[in-house]
Amino acid sequence: MSTTTKVLTGVWIAAVTVAAFTWLPPAQGFRNPESARIVVFHVPCAVLTFIAFMANALYSWKYLRSRNPLADAKANISAELGMLFAVLATVTGSLFAMEQWGSPWNWDPRETSIVMLMLVYAAYFVLRGSVEEKSKRARLSAAYALLAFPAMVFLIWIFPRIVESLHPTNTLFSRTGLDPAYRVTLWGFFAGLVSVYVWMFRLRLRVELAEARLRERRHSELEMEPIGAQP
Amino acid sequence: MTWQIELRRVGKVFNDRPVLRGISASVCSPGAWTILGPNGSGKSTLLRIIAGLLTPTDGEVLYLRNGERLNAQQRRQAVGMVAPDIALYRPLTALENLRFLARARGMHLRDPQLLELLEQVQLRQRAHDPVATFSTGMVQRLKLLTALVHRPPVLLLDEPGSNLDEAGMEFIRLIVREQAKHGIVIVATNDTREMDYGEPLIRLGA
Amino acid sequence: MSRSSGWAREAQAVFAKDCLLELRTRVALGAVVLFAVTSVVAAGFALAPPSGVAGDVKAALLWVVIFFAAVAGLSRVFVVEEETRTADALRLAVSPVGVFVGKLAFNTVLMWVLCALTVPLYLVLLEAPVVHWGLFVVVTFLGSTALACATTAVAAIVAKASMRGALFGVLSFPVALPPLLVAIHGTKAAWMANAGWRAAIGDIHVLVGFMLVIVPASLLVFEHIWSD
Repeated sequence: MSTTTKVLTGVWIAAVTVAAFTWLPPAQGFRNPESARIVVFHVPCAVLTFIAFMANALYSWKYLRSRNPLADAKANISAELGMLFAVLATVTGSLFAMEQWGSPWNWDPRETSIVMLMLVYAAYFVLRGSVEEKSKRARLSAAYALLAFPAMVFLIWIFPRIVESLHPTNTLFSRTGLDPAYRVTLWGFFAGLVSVYVWMFRLRLRVELAEARLRERRHSELEMEPIGAQP
Repeated sequence: MTWQIELRRVGKVFNDRPVLRGISASVCSPGAWTILGPNGSGKSTLLRIIAGLLTPTDGEVLYLRNGERLNAQQRRQAVGMVAPDIALYRPLTALENLRFLARARGMHLRDPQLLELLEQVQLRQRAHDPVATFSTGMVQRLKLLTALVHRPPVLLLDEPGSNLDEAGMEFIRLIVREQAKHGIVIVATNDTREMDYGEPLIRLGA
Repeated sequence: MSRSSGWAREAQAVFAKDCLLELRTRVALGAVVLFAVTSVVAAGFALAPPSGVAGDVKAALLWVVIFFAAVAGLSRVFVVEEETRTADALRLAVSPVGVFVGKLAFNTVLMWVLCALTVPLYLVLLEAPVVHWGLFVVVTFLGSTALACATTAVAAIVAKASMRGALFGVLSFPVALPPLLVAIHGTKAAWMANAGWRAAIGDIHVLVGFMLVIVPASLLVFEHIWSD
């Protein structure tokens, strides 16, 4: 990513953050109107973690079809970024819940689905950590990602109906009632965050590729003659 | 029916370390061949790639029957393999092992027929004993039987004579000779006694 | 000698072989039943008298016990093949589909046996208030089958990875969670007089739908897990 884009991203995010605290009015209808500003940061993180999850599934699928190590690297990076944004989303969500409802965790379906994603990411990393051989690691983690994907879709789909009947009080707040100023700021932050995501993705990918090139060079220096000559 | 196995520039890399590189060869039935090389040279790896147990990183292995390419299922039916690191089910008896592998291969053999086969390898007496109680020689005989129960045209042997006495070696020699009359035998070995089983096909360096 | 292949026949052979092996060694069954019975008895002791515990909690606890008992034993069907080095013999003789279906069948039967032994014990020791018996049987049957469907491919992954038992629990939980949650929900409906089939019909749909999705997904990825 060019330096200009990076600088612009940084400036943009800083500007949006400042706007979230200054230009944006305190939200009406919330218990602590000032703290509602966190929504601007929380929602983009949550959206990005879902996008990362889908990217992970996509790259896993591509890896199994092409066996190209690059696809595996991209799947892994997507998972890493997904985990990062899931943590951010959970923390910001908890802070907001603390202010708004007095407790950091409410089994809100949306919140819970983010935690489910973190569970899957954690399992994914544990699996990757337990396999030494590179192509095997790529193969097995791609297979797992493609099993976890439909399971997560089911989970996100069914969880609300389970929770509703378990807990009669509905703690979901409707996003459609959001002040237009909030919506603008939120989308602004989202745009900036997407830029950060892409930047981190490409950076991480470059590290992976550089490491792979280094390994290749090291091995080709060790191997001098071809193996397996005919008698 | 003529069978052909073709190796086209087969290579295998484990964790960025190449174990095999650029191996090309071709064999046509009938006949027997050997893959030679010291321990650790990749003989077993190459044999497994030929068997279809391992996918090569580069190149491919083709099986042809009368010039026609075989698919994965047909390849599976065409191959029988015996290797030290491919085991039988030890808690099960010889008959149960044979019964399972025959049935899995689609061979509808009744018990009397299976017992007859066990008789041919002198294991009839121990048909109802768990494989865990067998000696190395007996295990090897049973492995050969299960590898050949579906009458495959291709027999792959990885160090078949290891830990065998002279009688065991003679048995292997017999099997190889029989199989080589109509099909293909490939033996991977570094045992001098086994080197004359067939023509050297590939020699792997260390 | 006639020759016929086809994954159904292969699966049958694999299933029969695994059952025979299990009857001979009883390792998976032992692990699973022992865990389940111990947990139920422990729960019974800890929560005595059971009348003081809400029906909600009892329903959830039942399925938690079933799930962890499953984790104790459902990976065995693949792990034992790798451990005893018989997996390659299987790869040479049987197509991947045949292997998967045969082992899925085995795991499913194992789950049914587990439930048949554990659930009555649980109902008695924890005085579970079953109202709609037909519904309860259906939910238990579908739930246990769905758990087997969800975890068999994961067991194959674990067998090729490090084979550590802990890995199987960690990996299977996210995939097993959907059927687990609806099974609990359906069980609660079966234990409440004013709920019953009407409340649980959605759960039954989800369980069946889940199996219809996860089994093809497992079949799709299994070849990549099983074949090197």
